[in-house]
Amino acid sequence: MGIAAVVEGKLNQADAAVIDHAPSVLTGNHFDLTIEPHHVDFTGRRAQAIKINGTLPGPTLKWREGDTVTIAVTNHLPAETSIHWHGMRIPAEMDGVPGLSFAGIAPGKTFVYRFPVLQNGTYWYHSHSGFQEQLGLWGALVIAPRDKDPIEYDRDYVVLLSDWTDTKPETLYSNLKKQSDYYNFHRRTAGTFIEDGKNKGLRSTLADRLMWGRMNMTPTDIADVTNATYIYTMNGNPADANWTALFTPGERVRLRFINASATTLFDVRIPGLPMTVVQADGNYVQPVTVDEMRLGVAETYDVIAQPHEERAYTIFAQPESRGGYARGTLAPRLGMTAEVPPMDAYPNRTMEDMGMGGMAHVKGMKMGGMSSDQMPGMKDMQMNGMTDNSMPEMKDMDMSAMRDGAIEPLAGKAPFSQPGPRTARLMPPPSRMMSRPTETREGEVPLHVGPEVVGVAMKTSPRLHDPGDGLNGNGRRVLTYSDLRALYKGADGRPPTREIILHLTGNMERFIWGFDGYKFSQAEPIHLKLGERVRFVLINDTMMEHPIHLHGLWSELENGNGEFSPYKHTLLVKPAERVSYLISADTPGRWAFHCHLLYHMASGMFRTVVVS
Amino acid sequence: MTRLALQLVFAGALLASFGPTPVCAQAPGTPVDARAPASGWPEPVKDNRVLNFLTFDELEGRTNGPNTSFRWDGQGWIGTDFNKLWIKSEGTVINGITSDGDHEILYDRPIPHLRYFDWQAGVRLDLDSGPTRAWAAIGMQGLAPYFFNFAPTLYVRDGGRVAGRIEGSYDLYLTQRLILQPQVELNFYSQADRGRGIGSGFSDLDGGVRLGYQFSRKFAPYLGYAYSGVFGQTATFSRQAGQPTSAPRLVFGVWVWH
Repeated sequence: MGIAAVVEGKLNQADAAVIDHAPSVLTGNHFDLTIEPHHVDFTGRRAQAIKINGTLPGPTLKWREGDTVTIAVTNHLPAETSIHWHGMRIPAEMDGVPGLSFAGIAPGKTFVYRFPVLQNGTYWYHSHSGFQEQLGLWGALVIAPRDKDPIEYDRDYVVLLSDWTDTKPETLYSNLKKQSDYYNFHRRTAGTFIEDGKNKGLRSTLADRLMWGRMNMTPTDIADVTNATYIYTMNGNPADANWTALFTPGERVRLRFINASATTLFDVRIPGLPMTVVQADGNYVQPVTVDEMRLGVAETYDVIAQPHEERAYTIFAQPESRGGYARGTLAPRLGMTAEVPPMDAYPNRTMEDMGMGGMAHVKGMKMGGMSSDQMPGMKDMQMNGMTDNSMPEMKDMDMSAMRDGAIEPLAGKAPFSQPGPRTARLMPPPSRMMSRPTETREGEVPLHVGPEVVGVAMKTSPRLHDPGDGLNGNGRRVLTYSDLRALYKGADGRPPTREIILHLTGNMERFIWGFDGYKFSQAEPIHLKLGERVRFVLINDTMMEHPIHLHGLWSELENGNGEFSPYKHTLLVKPAERVSYLISADTPGRWAFHCHLLYHMASGMFRTVVVS
Repeated sequence: MTRLALQLVFAGALLASFGPTPVCAQAPGTPVDARAPASGWPEPVKDNRVLNFLTFDELEGRTNGPNTSFRWDGQGWIGTDFNKLWIKSEGTVINGITSDGDHEILYDRPIPHLRYFDWQAGVRLDLDSGPTRAWAAIGMQGLAPYFFNFAPTLYVRDGGRVAGRIEGSYDLYLTQRLILQPQVELNFYSQADRGRGIGSGFSDLDGGVRLGYQFSRKFAPYLGYAYSGVFGQTATFSRQAGQPTSAPRLVFGVWVWH
């Protein structure tokens, strides 16, 4: 473990890259990034990877809100590449999705990204081409706010979590397609049957096996890819390399956690040290102190940890599939270590994940049939949340506005600002805010079981108070989505004019994933009118979590906090969960909307959202 | 009055949104063709990749001491989620003579409204040391409830001859890597075919139990017991030809796939 110069910067800006293989930091407003093939050795074997400016992860880019940045990306790979600025609200042609925003960056070519930075916070960037994310083409973005940062801290560290495999990602994908439980070594066996029989009784064990078996499903299906092939990294370091962040006792240490993995959900904690979550997906939240939090792929959380003792603390990130871990150390001096906690038990999916009533063989499911009394949580949410009046016609609002002035027609048609201390909340005239009965606009969704859809969850609920499978009742305070309350009011106070309901669907056995039973290649884009305010409702009919990411527009999670709904770019949707969020379609373009599990996206869980 | 106040709020909001920074290239009014991507652009997601697969459920020696035979039963495909070209091949070699040589080329497609089953249609060729036969084949293959692999197929050839085959197997995981697999294949024929020693009715059964250890998912050596027997009129033909009607064997082989 080589020790580089410890950069002991001015307090509050101590980006001390204390280990020589922590990501380098680039600042300014012009950046040159070179993408090259590279060999790495994470496991004792040489494997093919991709590096940016010679490093994996790529350099951390530090921007300032209000600057216009230029990033010239040169491709030295033999294949097309791209960089997507995850969570950035920028013009669509700068978004970096080959096929939607641009043609991609051909081998030997340079593409120059240039856009104004109109937001602040912690984000990241990654390739949106093929499986390059799995090969290491990612890095952190840290954007300093134009105003004074409401968070006080003495040290500032980026903590990138990821998964690495020596296996080519194409092979990994192909293995999953041919045998979807290829990497699951926690299957139910004759041995677990005997064990369960002893513990729960033969009859209930048998009933349980038959119930799951009837559907050809297994409660042990936690992650598609596990430590059977993965090792997990923190800032590009395997666990035993022990990436270390320094502190002086009493200091406030800001840790910017970014889940930059291809397909791994991480549960992060620092045993002995509570973490105060201050930012989620780049947006400030009311501080909430927890012991542990789950990061869906592509989510970010900034936390403040304040160690008072002169001792080391382990930063422990275990995958949901509970084998292997990413680990680093928070220590007063280099070379110190703390105990690595034991792994939690392997979680099992439950009846609740399945949607309680089991999977339905329904042909054509009427969405309106899901009455809200089946979803008690949902009812509360709507009461406390945005006034839930589906406004029948946005049109007449525009019309009435047009009569009186020139500015109102622009409402929502220019990018709203990120919530901040100076954000003014756009409110429609009071007459438009009047409560109206909820109008369910969707008709019958032609959702039936078939090759693309294994089942439809009969009972769904917003599981916002639920920390997730493997985190319940572990004796620790675990962050849930209901804990997230924005620090600043949202910028758009208009109620939504319509709802778009999307089912997250899939067939694990065939490894086909999609929305509403269709893969990307079978589906039409989702059209939003420029300026409209829309509610998206996601219903997860599958037995797995899906981190759903909408490019270019904020996803304002409706978790009961009304005008303080947290702004997110990626929402982790649990099995049999129904969540809703509001979107201001304020930036035109073709935006990607997809599951951020790389292999789900590659299997079809992707849609184009067109704002025009 | 209220309206004017609100407009001021609107204006404030918009100004606050932009502040002194330059407005995005896509300010309101900028024409954006947000409908269709430019030609020559790649697909953002390639969810119809062509993959290929090859597996052997049986690749084994069978012995009862004095006699040893070699048997293979494999299948493979090339294609996408919804369109596959499927090949199947099986046969037994004893003393350089191949019997039970059955080779199929099928088009495969998922059955709508069924989650785990594909239908398959194509051609079966009986191609071995005996006389050659060609059949039209139609069947299904997939995962029945409770994780049973199940594949019934119907064959038809000239003269209105009909044959049927049912294959089934189950992977019982004793541990995460040790697998006990019972397997059976049954054949039926509507009419006798003396040239191939086949009688009408239920003609033969090939079944076994194999215990394999997955060193990796793609490589699992196994040991087991297999029984093949002929029945009814087929058994009569066998006895007339001086051949045994049943053959219990110890088997050793390897499950491989790619």
